[in-house]
Amino acid sequence: MASSSRRRPSATGPSSRRARLRAKATRIATTGDAVAPILTRALTKTYGDLVAVDSLDLEIEAGEIFGLLGQNGAGKTTTILMLLGLTEPTSGKARVVGLDPARNPLAVKRRVGYLPDSVGFYGGLTGRENLRYTARLNGLAGHESEARIEEVLGQVGMADRADTKAETYSRGMLQRLGIADALVKDPEILILDEPTAAIDPIGVVEILDLLRELADEERITILLSSHLLSQVQSTCDRVGIFAAGRLIGVGTVPELSKRFGESTARIEVSLDELADHEAIERARGVFAAVPGVAKVSPPDRKLAPWVLLAAPDEASAVRVAVLAAAAREGLPLTGIRAVESSLDDIYRTALHATGLAGSRRVAA
Amino acid sequence: MSGAEVAMTTPAPAEEPQPAVRRLPSGWRVVAAKEFADHIHSLRFGILFFVLGLAAVVPLYFVATTLRSAAEQVSGAKAIFLALFVFDAQPATGFTIPAVYGFVGIVAPLLGVAFSFDAINAERSDGTLPRLLSQPIYRDHVIIGKFVAGLAVIMVVLVSVVLLISGFGIFRLGIVPDAQAIFRVIAWLGFTIVWVSLWLAFGLLLSVVIRRAATAALAGFGVWVLLQVFGQLIVGLIAGLVAPFQSATSDAAYLDLKNLSDAINRILPLTLYDEGSRVLLNPTKVTVGQLAPTLGQVAQQQQQIPSLLSLDQSLLLVWPHIAILVALTLGCFALAFVRFMRQEVRA
Repeated sequence: MASSSRRRPSATGPSSRRARLRAKATRIATTGDAVAPILTRALTKTYGDLVAVDSLDLEIEAGEIFGLLGQNGAGKTTTILMLLGLTEPTSGKARVVGLDPARNPLAVKRRVGYLPDSVGFYGGLTGRENLRYTARLNGLAGHESEARIEEVLGQVGMADRADTKAETYSRGMLQRLGIADALVKDPEILILDEPTAAIDPIGVVEILDLLRELADEERITILLSSHLLSQVQSTCDRVGIFAAGRLIGVGTVPELSKRFGESTARIEVSLDELADHEAIERARGVFAAVPGVAKVSPPDRKLAPWVLLAAPDEASAVRVAVLAAAAREGLPLTGIRAVESSLDDIYRTALHATGLAGSRRVAA
Repeated sequence: MSGAEVAMTTPAPAEEPQPAVRRLPSGWRVVAAKEFADHIHSLRFGILFFVLGLAAVVPLYFVATTLRSAAEQVSGAKAIFLALFVFDAQPATGFTIPAVYGFVGIVAPLLGVAFSFDAINAERSDGTLPRLLSQPIYRDHVIIGKFVAGLAVIMVVLVSVVLLISGFGIFRLGIVPDAQAIFRVIAWLGFTIVWVSLWLAFGLLLSVVIRRAATAALAGFGVWVLLQVFGQLIVGLIAGLVAPFQSATSDAAYLDLKNLSDAINRILPLTLYDEGSRVLLNPTKVTVGQLAPTLGQVAQQQQQIPSLLSLDQSLLLVWPHIAILVALTLGCFALAFVRFMRQEVRA
């Protein structure tokens, strides 16, 4: 929505924006290069008997987008709260921009923008007034503050709705305003808890594009948590898989798929939906006879593709062979594609591999 | 990795990089300013202003009528201006309208609870608390700011009402206060603000402890009704059972029992407020208690040259009352503060 209002030239004009970015780059250069912006060592949080976060070692580099994946209750939010100094760790260390959030919360919060899970705003105030309150709490006032608010509202595409009361906003708009709110203080680190929840699909793309831009152009380090894996996959430089308070895998998506991905390649083959019974019966034999095909699963419902399993390194050879066999046997083939191991698969396999599937925690 | 390890092991505060950020404002001021603006613009403010205004104007009307009809007798009477606040009007026989301070004593707690019962729990249920606490302010500044904002609003309301009454007295009745009367009214105003802030702190405590704003409001107003309406009844009964001073046989026993009965009655904060107000607003009051207890004292009182107490003497008389109300307020606030500081950000 409202894509026309995005990237609207802000009241500050490009020169002051450039000046701000330059100032920020120097600031990050003097503080951020020596230490990773976010660093934890054996970070642990227990609530009574419940271990919400279990000796977490995490290192996030400047300007990267790091995705924290996990089910509800895996310990993502608890980790985030510890990084912000909103909850004290039971043991272990956390450093955010080189500072200990438990001992120096104000300095950390000054430089970290945070979008909480299911963010809320004061309904009686307009979006702009809500942001103004945040700006004031961060020591911004007057012209500088107004210009900054205008800029972030434009960035999240909320400029044209900023002057209506927040109680009239939809969830998606609240979410956008929440991101603007986190950006008002001009943070070095952005921590977003479920940033794309409740946003419509087009909005999600816009938001993820914005995050990419913030990371690339402003060198903001972004930590986001999500359980919508496919969205995270396309945006994050690296992801960490979280289950039952433990980080069971960290890396880029290809790295993780190498480690946790299925050991067989999946090839989906579609036949013409009008194919008769005889053709389908014939197809089963033809596919099974193709060299390299380990298993043939016929579709479990109409229009679903056949699934052929093969060894990963033979996958492309098998596809060629299937096409050739279909042409030879006159099968009404309409489509064939290799299915890459998605983050969903990786996630599921990782959970199973570590025996943590289905284990949920009460404290999210 | 090794560079990171080095940084982890040397967290000396002196080495921590101090970025050139703008000086942060005092967090509680920002919170208080925002909350104050919210209160002033709220419907709640309008309603309570109206209710409290009514609580002041109704007795004032009857006092004024009584004063006008008895203008000859009262002219030249001492401390006539203060009568506007303390005079129990009797527009008809057997029918007494409590004085202004009595009405204020009953209604003002509403004001306190109403401006604080949803201070924290509403932030929680609206999902604004995590966002607020992730800003660079100390957590205690949130609750202090809210308390200060509530106090400021209450002061606005009470000062306006008192000015209204005074203005009415000056313009309609032609009663001009002397300096002594003005100081007494100011002292009473301060005392009333303490009284209301006790309820403000109590409401704040409820808003921290009770997660739902509606439940907190119900609890707050429930306690208010219990104490204001049934409290005096129940405590009076208990005092009557424990210290039946009317049936005492000797003057000494009567005096002891009466003192005990008064002490029991003073368990109620409202009694403290009542007694304190009466002394502060009435320079002829030389004792705190409500009745002249013994025959001997009655005789003594009759022989007394009717004199006016100076304000500092009156203050001295009710100093314990003020101290207890302040202590109760601070106690409630401290409890709310501690509970809030220990609460998890998430429910």
